[in-house]
Amino acid sequence: MALTREQMAQRVAQELQDGFYVNLGIGIPTLVANYIPDDMEVMLQSENGLLGMGEFPTEDTIDADMINAGKQTVTAIKGASIFSSAESFAMIRGGHVDLTVLGAFEVDVNGNIASWMIPNKLIKGMGGAMDLVAGADNIIVTMTHASKKGESKLLADCSLPLTGKGCIKKVLTDLAWLEIENGAFVLKERAPGVSVEEIIEKTQGKLVVPDDVPEMVFTK
Amino acid sequence: MAGFDKVVTSYEEAMQGLEDNMTVLAGGFGLCGIPENLIGEIKRKGTKGLTVVSNNCGVDGFGLGVLLEDKQVRKMVSSYVGENALFEKQLLDGELEVELTPQGTLAEKMRAGGAGIPAFYTATGVGTPVAEGKEVKVFDGREYLLEPSIKGDFAIVKGWKADRYGNVVYRHTAQNFNPLVATAGKITVVEVEEIVEVGELDPTQIHTPGIYVDRVILGTFEKRIEQRTVKSA
Repeated sequence: MALTREQMAQRVAQELQDGFYVNLGIGIPTLVANYIPDDMEVMLQSENGLLGMGEFPTEDTIDADMINAGKQTVTAIKGASIFSSAESFAMIRGGHVDLTVLGAFEVDVNGNIASWMIPNKLIKGMGGAMDLVAGADNIIVTMTHASKKGESKLLADCSLPLTGKGCIKKVLTDLAWLEIENGAFVLKERAPGVSVEEIIEKTQGKLVVPDDVPEMVFTK
Repeated sequence: MAGFDKVVTSYEEAMQGLEDNMTVLAGGFGLCGIPENLIGEIKRKGTKGLTVVSNNCGVDGFGLGVLLEDKQVRKMVSSYVGENALFEKQLLDGELEVELTPQGTLAEKMRAGGAGIPAFYTATGVGTPVAEGKEVKVFDGREYLLEPSIKGDFAIVKGWKADRYGNVVYRHTAQNFNPLVATAGKITVVEVEEIVEVGELDPTQIHTPGIYVDRVILGTFEKRIEQRTVKSA
């Protein structure tokens, strides 16, 4: 079975470490916040200028001046800091964020990522995605392995305009955990019940399949 | 003698000197921390042909979106737009030009503009459409783009509190682009929720020192929320 969005978030959360500063993109990455282990301190960075993002407010505590990068009303945790957009991207560009999780349309074997622009459709902009992928060393891309039509999103060469060049090393899809090494996707884990054959069939770019590909394990 | 007293009492006075075809820098992220009334005054004045530099372009009927209604904006420089139908229409009709700029690069362009730095190198955008026509230079084996900085004829800023000298503090994430915008305008106008006595703001806590600010005006704000999210009780 392909992973649900919640399971994808759970799998990404297994990559968190105590003391990590983490930037979570919109969509599945946002859900990762729900699976931070209780015995771990992780601080969430929101690129509009908040380090230490907390949960959503209540109707009583809602504040128009307190939002995240998705423009949702949020709260700040104890020990949070708030700063300008330039300061926020200094943290990101300067490589101070320990983990960045974001979605994409396509990733290729050279670590290129396309996530913001589909030509001839309305183009809304890249927001902070280009800065995030250029600045972070540790990035996890979350996306479905193939489109609804069955077209692979793990390619030899991205077909869409790029968000960043040569910056992606880890990809979690609904079918597999893959790492990009030496111009190929390396299949590290498969979703429970998903066959290696299915992953091979749905991966267009070069795929290295080790002898043993373990199933993902979910603790919760 | 006015000395350092920056306070003006009418929006007309606050935006005096704004002319057609000028470049206006505007603070705000989405609808958070936007200079609502200064935008309103630009609409009232009917100034046309503007280049507006702002992370976003408001929504239909609110924020910078209101300047689209009478086609006052010629060009937007933003990282993310299209939350408004009118924007989309004018873009597709060729009445509006948009220069999409990565968010961090946009912030740094204004920070640099205000700090007297004409351009800077960044890895952001290398190998993407953003790199087209830009100089690429290699430092320590990595490619970087040369990005020119941005300055404006006017900078419009939303602060929380200011004193008469133009020292400003921002509230929560309504800070966002505002302090950068404030540094990069030939004329910087700040509208705030409260004007306090000189000496009342803690000098160590000032976000925007008064040297960057030309005019301060007291406003009232709607503070519309774009994505109202609450936790279930």
